[in-house]
Amino acid sequence: MDELMLDGNAVAGMLGQVFTAEMTTATMTCGNCGMAGAVGAMRVFRGAGIVMRCPHCDNVVAKIVEADTRIWMNFGGMQALEITL
Amino acid sequence: MEGTTVLGRLTWQPADVIGMVAETSRAKTIAFDVPGWAGHRAGQHVDVRLTAEDGYQAERSYSIASPPDGTRVELTVVRIADGEVSPYLTDDLQSGDRIELRGPIGGYFVWEPPLGGPLLLIAGGSGVAPLMAMIRLRAAAGSDVNTRLLLSSRGWDDIIYREELERLNGNGLTVVHTLTTSQPPGWQGYTRRVDADMLAEVGPGPAERPLVYVCGPTPFVEAAAEALVHLGHVPGAVKTERFGPTGS
Repeated sequence: MDELMLDGNAVAGMLGQVFTAEMTTATMTCGNCGMAGAVGAMRVFRGAGIVMRCPHCDNVVAKIVEADTRIWMNFGGMQALEITL
Repeated sequence: MEGTTVLGRLTWQPADVIGMVAETSRAKTIAFDVPGWAGHRAGQHVDVRLTAEDGYQAERSYSIASPPDGTRVELTVVRIADGEVSPYLTDDLQSGDRIELRGPIGGYFVWEPPLGGPLLLIAGGSGVAPLMAMIRLRAAAGSDVNTRLLLSSRGWDDIIYREELERLNGNGLTVVHTLTTSQPPGWQGYTRRVDADMLAEVGPGPAERPLVYVCGPTPFVEAAAEALVHLGHVPGAVKTERFGPTGS
């Protein structure tokens, strides 16, 4: 079911619960290849949680799990997240 | 026509069903009134949340098909046979029902008249929904910006918004269909999946520096975006929005 692949637009609502800025245009810089791209252009896989991958090198840039009243985020594969205020 | 900036975190808000229209045998447009809706921009989407009696919740993202219009929000939903959310939305939901929406979401895949054109809009199936919001806004604003819509559907009866697109065709808008699975008798149009040759014929080409928006199932978007870059379109001018399994 690799068609479960979405893009960053699909997780912007979840991110919008946490960040007050518009998140699809925020810039993520990949911690592996260094490519910077819009969150909306990241590859997203939805399973029990969300996995965001770099569209250039496939590196996992972020993992997000939401359950009840909590949200868990791992941005370990990301070099930077730049948000326009 | 400034975009609506919502300062503050997104929260779930109630949305009341105020109308339903069958677009095709599998697709329905659901109109909601969302009290307190702060407005949206053409191309944005919302998350929809359904809550079962036992508390189980399911969420999906749907593009907004309607142009900004007060507290009215229209979503076009294609029924996925084994889907968790879409059969409920298309088969069970009725006027007067209330669900929850979160949005509007997105500042990346949006178009507004001041952005100008030319516009090259490419959709697979229900991927036409956010592009329709742009086309409807363009018409409502009286814009005659050069716009091509290339819409890939399975067959003639699967074309979402077909009659409205026929009405809007003209005034700088050209609608081109490709029917990939079945065609009506005498069909003269395209019968294959979107490819570089088709995109080159439909235009506008890279020299005209169009703003390009591609929306559809992931494999459709990947193929179209790759073909566009191959033709010489600047990757940064090609905006994409993918959605998950649709059986397309």
